[in-house]
Amino acid sequence: MSSLPNLDAARAATASQLPLAASPLLEVERLHKRFGEQVIFKSVSLQVAHGETVVLIGPSGSGKTTLLRCINFLETPDGGAIRLDGQRIGVDDNGRALSEVQLTQQRRRFGFVFQRFNLFAHLSALDNVAAGPQRVLGLSREAARERARLALDKVHMQQHTLKRPSQLSGGQQQRVAIARALAMEPELILFDEPTSALDPELVNEVLDVMRDLAAARMTMVVVTHEMSFARQVAHRVVFMDSGAIVEQGTPAEVFGRPREERTRRFLQHLHT
Amino acid sequence: MDWSVIKLAVPILGVGLLATLKVCFAAIFFGMLLGVVLGFGALSRLRAVRFAVLAYVDFVRGTPLLVQIFLVYFALPVIGVNFDEYWAGVTALSLNAAGFICEIMRSGMQSIDRGQIEAAQSIGMRHRQVVLHVLFPQAWRRIVPPLTNELISLVKGSAMLSAISVYELTHAGQEIIATYFAPFEIFLMIALYYYALISLLAWLSRYLERRLPQY
Repeated sequence: MSSLPNLDAARAATASQLPLAASPLLEVERLHKRFGEQVIFKSVSLQVAHGETVVLIGPSGSGKTTLLRCINFLETPDGGAIRLDGQRIGVDDNGRALSEVQLTQQRRRFGFVFQRFNLFAHLSALDNVAAGPQRVLGLSREAARERARLALDKVHMQQHTLKRPSQLSGGQQQRVAIARALAMEPELILFDEPTSALDPELVNEVLDVMRDLAAARMTMVVVTHEMSFARQVAHRVVFMDSGAIVEQGTPAEVFGRPREERTRRFLQHLHT
Repeated sequence: MDWSVIKLAVPILGVGLLATLKVCFAAIFFGMLLGVVLGFGALSRLRAVRFAVLAYVDFVRGTPLLVQIFLVYFALPVIGVNFDEYWAGVTALSLNAAGFICEIMRSGMQSIDRGQIEAAQSIGMRHRQVVLHVLFPQAWRRIVPPLTNELISLVKGSAMLSAISVYELTHAGQEIIATYFAPFEIFLMIALYYYALISLLAWLSRYLERRLPQY
């Protein structure tokens, strides 16, 4: 984890030079997903190193969100493999689906931040964050709350611990949601368009928290339409279209000199 | 109007009303208990459990309460289960209410936004924990109004227990009628007694709804 050079150097590095650890933290291998007849993506492969921030971009319907949801098995992929730190996710060594207990034990290793926050509506910010440590990790109520307070500090929400989600702005809710993921001490966090449901003036407070996480070497896979975030924070940008990874590289490569026509067209479209 | 019969009936029907309350409270208690358990069963991950609950609810909803009362009272002794009238009545009402309460619980919990379930799954909660810690506490808000309706039906339904001679309000009235033959006066009074009781319940229901947490 500490084998990465500092953040600026990492940003400057090209994809091939990026110091991928001997074995990547997350490996997505020839993953398939369809809903009925409709193929969402096919044979998608992706590797994410420890401490890396990977941003997935692409037009809506390109399969980014479904890919993200397949990684922690919120959706069950139809083929291919996912490995976290070398361990198969969702299936055992013989390819059989895991039991519920085993699957939930794997899932807690991933954080997931939703577009619509999905905070538990009946709980305070503090209890939203403490729920996982208490119910899932089995911490005492007090220990779970202490951990929740620390996580809320990290997202600058210590002022609002006792408020219900309905009393918080969208940006505040999303920061609590990030704290909820952090409190489980995940190995990596998946972000599904974390700022898409926010009013424009609230986007930055969430992106700032994500910047802090990237700087602290939290491994992150982020689906977003915030190109400036991708440019500034991502170690690697992955462009998806029609259920396939079209191109990937450093932000400088993908935004500066895209190799593929489809990438160019997508980026041009954003600028108009 | 035979006022002397009415004067005589007031305290007797009062005792009957208390007996109705006693039956109904017991039935509400057991019906809720079984209904909540069945409601969780309806959301079970095990298909066999869901199917059994579904079949039970379907039976309760698909047969008249009066027939269910007779079934409990006459059929159960055949298989060796013996009740007095009171417990047969409580059992029949409880079993009936449980079916409806189960359905109320199930639909209330299933109406919670899917994102809540996914969020709970994403932090590693098991299905049982999702139901218990996320769906159930949020569903209360939606469950209370139909639940109080069900309790009101239960009170009304308890009148049918007179058919198996459970001593309750309707039965108490029928005994007075048998002695003094004043069916109009007595049934009118019975209606008023029920109306007062149910109005009280309806008021309590509205009070509870106002007190429920708003998210």
